[in-house]
Amino acid sequence: MTDLLIIGAGPAGIAAAVTAAEQGASVTVIDDNHAPGGQIWRGEFHGKPWYDRFQKVKLNIISDARVIAVHGNAVVIEQGAAARTIHWNKVILATGARELFLPFPGWTLPGVTGVGGLQALVKSGLVIRNKRVAVAGSGPLLLAAAAYLRAKGADLVMIAEQVPTAALMRFGMELRKHPKKLKQAAALQLQLLGVPYVRDCYVEHATGKGKLETLQFRQGSKTFTEEVDYAAIAYGFTPETELAAAFGCEILAHGVWVDKRQQTSIQNVYCAGESTGIGGVDVALLEGELAGLAACRKPTKHLLPLLAREQHFASLLNQTFSPRPGLKHLCTADTIVCRCEDVTYQVLRQQPDSRTAKLQTRCGMGPCQGRICGPANTFLFGWEQGSVRPPILPARMATLALSMTQETSS
Amino acid sequence: MRAVIIGAGIVGAACAYELQREGFQVTVCDPGVIGGGATAAGMGHLAVMDDSPAQFALTSYSQALWRELAEELPPTAEILPCGSLWIAADAEEMAEVHRKFAYYSERGIPVEVLDSQQLAEAEPHLRPGMAGGLLMSADGVCYPPCAAEWLLRSVSVIRARVVRLAEGEVTLDRGSRLEADVIIVANGTAAVDLFPDLPLAPRKGHLLITDRYPGWLRHQLIELGYLKSAHSTTADSVAFNAQPRATGQILIGSSRQFGAVNGEIDPPMLARMLQRAFEYMPGLAQLASIRTWTGFRAATPDKLPVIGHAPGYSTVYLATGHEGLGISTSLATAKLLADQLMNRESRIPREPYLPGRSYSHD
Ligand SMILES: Cc1cc2nc3c(=O)[nH]c(=O)nc-3n(C[C@H](O)[C@H](O)[C@H](O)COP(=O)(O)OP(=O)(O)OC[C@H]3O[C@@H](n4cnc5c(N)ncnc54)[C@H](O)[C@@H]3O)c2cc1C
Ligand SMILES: Cc1cc2nc3c(=O)[nH]c(=O)nc-3n(C[C@H](O)[C@H](O)[C@H](O)COP(=O)(O)OP(=O)(O)OC[C@H]3O[C@@H](n4cnc5c(N)ncnc54)[C@H](O)[C@@H]3O)c2cc1C
Repeated sequence: MTDLLIIGAGPAGIAAAVTAAEQGASVTVIDDNHAPGGQIWRGEFHGKPWYDRFQKVKLNIISDARVIAVHGNAVVIEQGAAARTIHWNKVILATGARELFLPFPGWTLPGVTGVGGLQALVKSGLVIRNKRVAVAGSGPLLLAAAAYLRAKGADLVMIAEQVPTAALMRFGMELRKHPKKLKQAAALQLQLLGVPYVRDCYVEHATGKGKLETLQFRQGSKTFTEEVDYAAIAYGFTPETELAAAFGCEILAHGVWVDKRQQTSIQNVYCAGESTGIGGVDVALLEGELAGLAACRKPTKHLLPLLAREQHFASLLNQTFSPRPGLKHLCTADTIVCRCEDVTYQVLRQQPDSRTAKLQTRCGMGPCQGRICGPANTFLFGWEQGSVRPPILPARMATLALSMTQETSS
Repeated sequence: MRAVIIGAGIVGAACAYELQREGFQVTVCDPGVIGGGATAAGMGHLAVMDDSPAQFALTSYSQALWRELAEELPPTAEILPCGSLWIAADAEEMAEVHRKFAYYSERGIPVEVLDSQQLAEAEPHLRPGMAGGLLMSADGVCYPPCAAEWLLRSVSVIRARVVRLAEGEVTLDRGSRLEADVIIVANGTAAVDLFPDLPLAPRKGHLLITDRYPGWLRHQLIELGYLKSAHSTTADSVAFNAQPRATGQILIGSSRQFGAVNGEIDPPMLARMLQRAFEYMPGLAQLASIRTWTGFRAATPDKLPVIGHAPGYSTVYLATGHEGLGISTSLATAKLLADQLMNRESRIPREPYLPGRSYSHD
């Protein structure tokens, strides 16, 4: 039995864990990666804020482990070939977000990846040096990822931001109220000196023989092409809410519902970070800290003004960088939307709702259970997302069987 | 003649298809999506079974109808002529294999007895040392929601719940009414909402589907012990049941629970079901599962469906209570109803399934 179980070791999970451990709680952290850090600090947590405090506290960290089912106040985890249950008194869900992919003709070609996706590939060994790379989609992550790729030797062809120029100008004005962010943006711009940043521009289609060769961009009424080796494309993020759903938490359109103390609709189940709504690393850290304090029954009021300020910035981001409606019309009849089951746009367009689409076309029935195509279909057709059933992530049948009979943890 | 059918599951869909061919003007009402009830949950095993002579008559009649229809169904209906293999774990169950063999062969159903070795060759992932098996090669598998959709493809379907039933008329949840010369109640377990006295009980079942493993499993496998557990009309039970899908996935069943009302996964029951499956096929334990779900069968005390004219009405007919065989028996159900409506003889006696029967079980 652990006092406090934290699922996810990105910024929100780390802040929650450190805060609660500093308050004397016995804390267990589960993460499916090899080391703490989450998407943003993967492999580079050293030297980041919270790193020193993290080093000083005692935490029970379970890495390379995935929560695959929730059973009362126990979770079932699969870790390599092993499986076990962990019981908890309180739990903080800090599962983050995944990239939002919007389908377009050619998006399934090898060489087309997510923005964070390409970064992750490079972190795990892909050699990008001297490769021609285009970064496209929406949001500040484009800049951060581009700077990273450039530092790793990529030949950055361009950064295409779909947001129209006027909206970006307005955003720029507002940014002045957030000097820290302004500084970050300026630093990135410096690192990206010489790389064209093209506004009001998006990828219309990708072509190539067996792998990506050419991207066609649209900017206003004109189109142009670029020869590239890789295209890193994403339209921001979508909150990871499947685990919270498995806990029975109420989920809203923007993420998991939480109260002022980060508690979800289920008692003793807290949620922090991107899962509660896309807000970026600073919101995630604050929410994590808040959740950590709340779970230890400590006051949290002092953090609320800070959080409000960060959330203001986050809502500014979300407003500015939300995908434009025109992106709904990129797919052609045979563009694959559900990659697990090869379901095309033409087939989906004829379906009246998501459940019919699932039952009649197998859309969302594959191993990813609609994690990729679900948000795309919400954008394209306004469909609600499907229900979550165990396993939360694909798992060996033995894990589902064994762990569910074991009532106590090992 | 106008017919209103309540429920767009496989049974309602089959009835709609049949009545339309008889010249009825058919409207189907369902508050949910086509085939979204038990039809979206069940395994889609198209089986002949012989728990009772009446069950054999209905399943074998229906199987012949499925064979004819298979020619027309689209690929999405995933008809897979994989055959069923009943597994005998021991000598006692092997005796049952021989009894079934005699029963089916006498009645012209293609069957074959496999000894221990032949069984192992037919399904290499089975635990070694099984006593043998019975191969029923005419059995198969389908994907029911798409079959239902095809049966309804030229029928008018209204997204509404029927909240009241009267002679020649149904009232919809949105308040409007539909008049009809014939009303068919085919809303599965929910038939008791309209006919509270029907002896129907929901019997919950769990299922699990794997990632794709083409060729791993070749036949629909069922343990013969299933008969012992499925027979009980009170106790919860599990049985080994594994089905190859056209996609290369494996669908694992099955559990039977009375008294469960919500559709949540019941972890201990799921675990029991999986443990049973591993006893028969240990290798399954290492395969990746991607989803589990549950469904409710509409069970009757005598394990036979309720098909025919509803007592007390002249225009209302029932088609429900198909328990764990409603996909298999849907097509024959529709034929029997149509025959009754048209005052014709049926290919098999209709009496065992009539709503007014005694429902006592052996
Ligand atoms: C032969 C066969 C093969 C299959 N293969 C696959 C496969 O490969 N992959 C896969 O993912 N699935 C597969 N399925 C299963 C299918 O996707 C569904 O899981 C199944 O239809 C059961 O639905 P569900 O209960 O899981 O939930 P859902 O499909 O989400 O539907 C449940 C319905 O109930 C409603 N609902 C949900 N919760 C509540 C609530 N609390 N109160 C009221 N209403 C609620 C929902 O709105 C929805 O209409 C297969 C099914 C069959 C029959
Ligand atoms: C776990 C499991 C495994 C199974 N395996 C098999 C198998 O391998 N082979 C086999 O043959 N059978 C199998 N079955 C049984 C089979 O799934 C059912 O017998 C069959 O689907 C019943 O079909 P139905 O049309 O009667 O009911 P349903 O599919 O439940 O359809 C009833 C419909 O009526 C609608 N409805 C309800 N109330 C109203 C109302 N008031 N007004 C309008 N509409 C209403 C519902 O929305 C629903 O769509 C299995 C069942 C389960 C649960």
